[in-house]
Amino acid sequence: MGSSSSFWNVAYRQAMKSGVFVAKVYSFLHVTTTYLAFPAFAFGPSMIPTLHPSGNVVLAERISTRSRKLSRGDVIVLQSPEDPNKIPIKRVIGLEGDCVSFVVDPEKNDESRTVVVPKGHVWVQGDYTQNSRDSRIFGPLPYGLIRGRVLWRVWPFQDFGPIGPTTT
Amino acid sequence: MGIQNLLWQVTKKAFTGGIIGLTISDRCCSVVPVRGDSMSPTFNPQRNSYLDDYVLVEKFCLQDYKFARGDVVVFSSPTHYRDRYIKRIVGLPGEWISSSRDVIRVPEGHCWVEGDNKASSLDSRTFGPIPLGLIRGRVTNVVWPPQRVSKIG
Repeated sequence: MGSSSSFWNVAYRQAMKSGVFVAKVYSFLHVTTTYLAFPAFAFGPSMIPTLHPSGNVVLAERISTRSRKLSRGDVIVLQSPEDPNKIPIKRVIGLEGDCVSFVVDPEKNDESRTVVVPKGHVWVQGDYTQNSRDSRIFGPLPYGLIRGRVLWRVWPFQDFGPIGPTTT
Repeated sequence: MGIQNLLWQVTKKAFTGGIIGLTISDRCCSVVPVRGDSMSPTFNPQRNSYLDDYVLVEKFCLQDYKFARGDVVVFSSPTHYRDRYIKRIVGLPGEWISSSRDVIRVPEGHCWVEGDNKASSLDSRTFGPIPLGLIRGRVTNVVWPPQRVSKIG
């Protein structure tokens, strides 16, 4: 009777310690990925040649997006205005107040439109404009939908290096 | 030496507690004050700022962004992303909203929000439908003042 109750005591204390440990690890991971930097697996054709269509692992940071230090040419991770569960990666072409010109429908004709980016928004486009859903389709992107700025490519290893404003 | 050790222990515990608290506030729920009377009489039926309502905002809805018409949500302003507004969803994606001049269809991935006090509310009638990604949480209860504690539904 005495030994079995102390077994449950020990088991309870172990469970509490593991629970607290799990909570600490989870919280630390959450705060780091939400406020500092996070890794992302990027795939798809819209950022050729900057990102491979078959997949890259990139590192994105959150510090410059929270303090509005984005500049033209930055590659950013955003939440799509067409579907909040989709997280595309595009490049910032225009900041608020900029005048952006683009061809509306390259397959149909050469008609182009000029848009002034409103306050609190940015204009994003994929590097491979032939196959990219970006601001030419969904309009200027509100700042609140920007999730992070892509800094570095970690994988594939032969392309380990910075991703940034120097477009090819 | 004992004081230094004690200080270090306290700092460690405070830091850990802060991180866990921040995670709970971001992932689970938080309490925020309601400012202004754009949601009167649901929130702040009087105009005294020391009687402002405090509401419980739950964050579990951000896992899949499934909202219903009538939900009261907290969202980042589309023009001033640091500001947070609290309004009610009156239009889901694909629905038609009749605004002052014409009839508008709410695009996919967006919603139409309006304040309950239409006379004094800055909402979708001014800045248009907002992307669902701007939503930061859903209001479930009023938690302060005690006589106004209630479930919002």
